[in-house]
Amino acid sequence: MAEATATLTKKDYKSDQEVRWCPGCGDYAILNAIQMHLAERQAKREKTVFVSGIGCSSRFPYYMDTYGFHTIHGRAPAFATGIKTANPELEVWLVTGDGDGLSIGGNHLAHILRRNVDVNILLFNNEIYGLTKGQYSPTSPIGKRTKSSPLGSADRPFNPISFALGCNATFVSRTVDVDNKHMLKTFDAAAAHKGASFVEILQNCVIFNKDFYADTVGKAVRDEQTIDLVPGEKMVFGKERDKGIKLDGWDVKVVAAADADVWDPTVSSSAPAFLMSMMDKDPALPTPIGIFRQVDDLVYDEAVNRQIEQAIASKGRGKVEDLVWSGETWEVA
Amino acid sequence: MTDMTTTKQPGAELPLQQLDHVVIRFAGDSGDGMQITGNQFTLTSALVGNDLATLPDFPAEIRAPAGTRPGVSGFQLQFSSSDIHTPGDKPDVLVAMNPAALAVNMKDLPPGAIVVVNTGNFKPTDLKKAQLESNPLEDGTLDGYRVIEVDINARVADALSDSPLSAKEKQRCKNFYTLGLMYWVYSRPLEPTLDWLAKKFKKNPELVDANQRALKAGYNAGDIHELFQGRYEVPKVEGMPPGTYRNIMGNQALAMGLVAGAELAGLKPVLGSYPITPASTVLETLAGYKHYGVVTIQAEDEIAAVCAAIGASYAGCLGMTSTSGPGLALKTEAIGLAVSVELPLVIVDIQRAGPSTGMPTKTEQSDLLQAVLGRNADTPLPVIAASRPADAFAVAVEACRIAVQYMTPVILLSDNFIANGAEPWRLPKMDTFEPFPVSFATDPEGHQTFGRDARGARSWVKPGTPGMEFRIGGLEKAVSGNISYDPDNHQAMTDMRHQKVMNVRDSIPTPQVHGPRQGDVLVLGWGSTVGIITQAVEQAQAEGKAVSRIHMIHVWPFPHGLDEIFARFKAVLIPEMNMGQMARLMRSEYPHHNFISYPKVTGQPFLTSEIKEKIDHILEQ
Repeated sequence: MAEATATLTKKDYKSDQEVRWCPGCGDYAILNAIQMHLAERQAKREKTVFVSGIGCSSRFPYYMDTYGFHTIHGRAPAFATGIKTANPELEVWLVTGDGDGLSIGGNHLAHILRRNVDVNILLFNNEIYGLTKGQYSPTSPIGKRTKSSPLGSADRPFNPISFALGCNATFVSRTVDVDNKHMLKTFDAAAAHKGASFVEILQNCVIFNKDFYADTVGKAVRDEQTIDLVPGEKMVFGKERDKGIKLDGWDVKVVAAADADVWDPTVSSSAPAFLMSMMDKDPALPTPIGIFRQVDDLVYDEAVNRQIEQAIASKGRGKVEDLVWSGETWEVA
Repeated sequence: MTDMTTTKQPGAELPLQQLDHVVIRFAGDSGDGMQITGNQFTLTSALVGNDLATLPDFPAEIRAPAGTRPGVSGFQLQFSSSDIHTPGDKPDVLVAMNPAALAVNMKDLPPGAIVVVNTGNFKPTDLKKAQLESNPLEDGTLDGYRVIEVDINARVADALSDSPLSAKEKQRCKNFYTLGLMYWVYSRPLEPTLDWLAKKFKKNPELVDANQRALKAGYNAGDIHELFQGRYEVPKVEGMPPGTYRNIMGNQALAMGLVAGAELAGLKPVLGSYPITPASTVLETLAGYKHYGVVTIQAEDEIAAVCAAIGASYAGCLGMTSTSGPGLALKTEAIGLAVSVELPLVIVDIQRAGPSTGMPTKTEQSDLLQAVLGRNADTPLPVIAASRPADAFAVAVEACRIAVQYMTPVILLSDNFIANGAEPWRLPKMDTFEPFPVSFATDPEGHQTFGRDARGARSWVKPGTPGMEFRIGGLEKAVSGNISYDPDNHQAMTDMRHQKVMNVRDSIPTPQVHGPRQGDVLVLGWGSTVGIITQAVEQAQAEGKAVSRIHMIHVWPFPHGLDEIFARFKAVLIPEMNMGQMARLMRSEYPHHNFISYPKVTGQPFLTSEIKEKIDHILEQ
């Protein structure tokens, strides 16, 4: 137990529990990156809460030496909303997956994003159900053959980035489990954002959906097949950084680097971010990662508590006895 | 109506009769303002010092087609110069604003009852909407009743002839004309309602004026037109315990009780809720208590509502949620988590008639087994029940006490009858409640997340406390809080969760036996049947019968001492507004007593006469 004033290292954020994900699982890299991130920020352990639902990713809180609450399937956003609204001083992280967050918990994820509760949401997307052993998920592509879709999935998938944008989320980003540096800078931006920060993390399930992202963000092809959306910077990609992205009306086009547009996730319209999120559909375009949207708006937990403070300021702190002894009363002698 | 005396009011033509109690039912279209009319009559009766009890009966549809039977909205109240317990079995007076209201309510009228009808709404088209083939005012339907015919539509139009309001707006003042008429008949003062109107419509003086004039016109019509054979007076009640009273509805009292409970625990109350009839007013009321420090979260659904409340408790506040039966069903899994992680939580279930959507605006007590048993696995929790609007406050405080002292979710059952019913409430001083302050664990030395106190409650750590960081969840855990699949540990933790709930019995009283401590029949009630059972039992006792009653506030676990009480009676009669759920629990816990179940599921409360007849029937056997 380190003193509150002492410098905290990555190790200080590790709990004494043995980590029990499959060897090679992308979750290890994410856990490591989060512990590095918290140490970099010297985040106070006692002020930090990790909340999760059910699924492989949702074991996360047990491995953190912070406060943690492993809840029920899909509902972590609702618990997180309660925690953050009850005590806005806590830094709340929510860990979920593509099944937990977008299938059973889709409703709650939508609402925490729309309300803009000041929490950081990590959605581990491996496009498969891991804990229940390999059924297709709401992010699995059409035609995906799994134990529960032997002839291929007939479900049109969610694009988590489009989903979050559709919920009018104020911070929407994507990163990859095999890119530690990118995770760290994404977590930094997410933590710094006031309001709900949505981070999709493409995460490898080595048992049931190994290397599903090999063609897009996999190390061998990443330079050519991935573009990092960096606020205020030109959208360039390619091993030689010679290609760029340009918006031409409703079309997203690959152009020479010199002609690339500058990416601005802070514009009030989410339309450009939507166009970027749709690039996934076109094999001729790189897969975007980075920060899609970053805007300021009303923060739910702040607004709720501000109403209470203002009511107390204008009416005075109410006493229960006065509340009871109010209205039209009469005496019986 | 009990005739007490007949005197001549000085200067009045008509005799003024004193009555002990009167039951009035106002019935009209759901857009006719019958709930407002009933509430105003209630408020005025309270202010003149009557005891009273009310029963609103409104349709589920906000605006069913005008003039139809499904659109009929009713409000019944009993006001009395003696202590009463119920809104009355049968109305002495029915005010029917249209044929549908008359048709729907006729069956409840005893012979000789007064029926006031608005003849302005008895045209052929109105009869057709009410699916009547002939006019009940002409076809003999009302033979044997004292019918008072008033064309309220025309009278209101006349009274407001020079008002700038449109004809349609003027007709909306009909309910106040009607109210004025009834105020005259029962010698009530106009001032409380005149004041209320002035406040209610203060931004629209024309509406204040029109409604006040309609009220006065109705009152004066009683004087001028000799519609009635006499006026009545129900003197103020004598013998009510001294104190300061206000009229209170169950959900209002319950909401205040939740705030009081949190204050006595020293915690911030956080309500997560989703609107559902008939619980929405708990959310609405608490949302208005911002300057009392109450946090309300209107969640996206029932599940999120309870999860947000549990999150708040995790964060060191007192989490609460309010719902009705279908919502409780949705919350089930999350409540199981709260049992497993042992966090305090108050779950309010304002029961309504089911199954499924059922009859949302009608009353029932059929969530008892859902509350006690309705969760996966062995997942015990305490359940308590409010009995009447005036005890909902104290019962809500009690729910908070049990939740924090035993670190457990508590289900508080109320029902539509209590929620929307009103009665005088003798206001308690807060210092009459024993505080139950929570002390959070702060010392890491030797601390175990599931270490327990003498009651069996685990220690509570508030996130934000340095050095006390812990992780909890729905997986089975060891005393340390770490995940454990150890077979013996699971047995031990299950036993502990069970024992902890049973320990609540040590903190609750044995229910009082009202009446002889031994006898032929003990009537056991819980929830909103209390008034009706009390009245029925008192009638039987007045006839010299060996009948007593007890009433359960703590419905799970059962208090100590019941076995001994039951042993002193030949039979235990359990009337309840479900198919015998309490009887089933009693039989399983006390298999050697003679329980007689008396179920009723019509969506309406029992009648006193029904229970009295049942008692008599048992005694005859």
